Amino acid sequence: MTETTSGSAATTEAPTIWTVPTTTIAATQRSPRRAALQRFLRNRLAVAGAVFLIVVTLAAVLAPLITAYDPNAVDLSSYQLPPSAEHWFGTDESGRDVFARVVFGAQVSLSVGLVAALSAALVGLVLGVLAGYLGGVVDAVIMRIVEVILSFPALIPIILVVTIVGPSLPIIIIAIAVFEWGTACRVSRALIMSLKEQNLALSTRALGATPFWMVTKHFIKPVLSPLTVVVTLLSAGAIQLEAALSFLGLGVRPPQASWGSMLNDAQSLTLLEGAPWMWFFPGVAIVLTVLSLNFVGDGLRDALDPRGKR
Amino acid sequence: MTDASRDVLLRVENLSTQFGTGEAASVPVQGVSFEVGRGEVVAVVGESGSGKSVTMSSILGLLRGTTGRTIAGSALFDGEDLLTMSERELRRIRGAQISMIFQDPGMSFNPVLTIGRQLSEAVRVHDRSLGREQIRTRVRDLLRDVNISDPDTRMGQFPHEFSGGMLQRAMIAMAMINKPRLVIADEPTTALDVTIQAQILELLDRMRRDFDSSVILVTHDLGVVAEIADRVVVMYAGTVVETGSVTGIFHRPQHPYTRGLLASRPQLSEKKDHLFSIPGQPPQVITEHVGCPFQPRCYVGRNEEACGRTRPLLREVADGHSASCHYTDRVVPVRIGAADDRMGALHD
Repeated sequence: MTETTSGSAATTEAPTIWTVPTTTIAATQRSPRRAALQRFLRNRLAVAGAVFLIVVTLAAVLAPLITAYDPNAVDLSSYQLPPSAEHWFGTDESGRDVFARVVFGAQVSLSVGLVAALSAALVGLVLGVLAGYLGGVVDAVIMRIVEVILSFPALIPIILVVTIVGPSLPIIIIAIAVFEWGTACRVSRALIMSLKEQNLALSTRALGATPFWMVTKHFIKPVLSPLTVVVTLLSAGAIQLEAALSFLGLGVRPPQASWGSMLNDAQSLTLLEGAPWMWFFPGVAIVLTVLSLNFVGDGLRDALDPRGKR
Repeated sequence: MTDASRDVLLRVENLSTQFGTGEAASVPVQGVSFEVGRGEVVAVVGESGSGKSVTMSSILGLLRGTTGRTIAGSALFDGEDLLTMSERELRRIRGAQISMIFQDPGMSFNPVLTIGRQLSEAVRVHDRSLGREQIRTRVRDLLRDVNISDPDTRMGQFPHEFSGGMLQRAMIAMAMINKPRLVIADEPTTALDVTIQAQILELLDRMRRDFDSSVILVTHDLGVVAEIADRVVVMYAGTVVETGSVTGIFHRPQHPYTRGLLASRPQLSEKKDHLFSIPGQPPQVITEHVGCPFQPRCYVGRNEEACGRTRPLLREVADGHSASCHYTDRVVPVRIGAADDRMGALHD
């Protein structure tokens, strides 16, 4: 049938065929995954962000190999030294190496960000699938909860929870997941709702498949690519939240380093003026990581959207 | 007629399906009854919106979870009522005992899974005990059965790498893979090129012989009906207006609507400037009719008082041939090959 339509188009609107730019033809012939990758690579900010994130991740994973210093070792002989060949980012008021603390702090920040974002996405995915697939009362209840959650700035309830339960990394991760799953839920619900109206859903039911079978075999995959974008953006938010909590003293326990707690350590006016390296490097690390994640998220969103062939 | 004498596989009785409730309710299927015997091909014919597809979806319980629901009737499959079955019981029937072939194969496959994987999963839905190799062999054999050459390569390909006709053949393979006793083919050739339609029907016919299945063929193409059907059920506005054997329906139609449908077919044996068409439109929003739903378009009963007052019930007019018309005796037989002047005259 498609052949007949294209055939008739050729006879009536023959000239348009020849004006189609060759690039478009090439674009339609690429595999979707390759095309998405090319679209992503064309976005310079996203690529820069991705490169930065790879570097930071490698540094965090290989932390013991790239710095000889113990991030928590107090060395009073090297008190508040400015950056030098020996201490790249200087030392703090306990003589601890700032570079080592930034690198080991990256472990905390990145893992909290990633794990919290993944948990939030998982919660959102499960509830979104339930809401979208079952509809009716279930959908109404879940979506009202989402609206309540999304209308709060997450930081406030998280602070509340952490103060009540007591600060620890698992609690922070759980708290972030519990108060940040709204977006993931909305995204998956919307997609499931459209998927379940398609013929594929009907023919799968006619095969005798259970709803669980249908969701796991046919519905999860298409939801995952928009969810990747959500996870990226969520982890940026989660890293910020962890930094904020640690800065407020509700995050990691001292002496363990995290970017937020390092800022907390550098709060006094004398340090702000006298030892700027103590807050500058963790601050820059937070800013660049969060920015990079946002750029990568935007890049992914544009790249994975098959309609946005810009 | 008893079940024993005709060996009935599916008996649908007085099936009514309603969409929506209250003021907004429409009843696209109203008291539909028909039977499918073992090994029989039954064609369900009617124009768009006559309730053919809704009837089929109702039988398989595919409307559950939408606003549609069956409000009356029964559908006895091998003696068990499909309409009162739980979803769990129905799932064991769907795809295993009764399978379905859909109109547009391109939309019924998952675009990101290979054909082989999707056919394998049709098996695995019902039988988890089979090993990977066993399933693979079965899929391969079945693809070969439906004339897909080089099945091993084809199994690794995605739906977009198949042509429309090949996809529909793969769909037939998928419908047959669990050796169903009844196959419901919902307009299986509508989305295909005319040149491929005959191939697909031939294949469907051969497959149902090989697998000893019955077939319900939903279509609006009478040419298709004459080709492979044993019996015909003609539907109009959610009701069965006529049912009978293919020869009975084609040579001695007892309902003016069937008569009109037959007269609308293009005939190779005669020259015509324009084809006959039944005047008017089928009712858009279907509610319960008072009189005969076809009356406004009917050349027999348009001005008859009885047709506007009482709804004609399906009654047997010849052996195994029933029609719902007050004036079956006034329906003129079709003279195949002859010019249809009388019909035109009757309409003007």
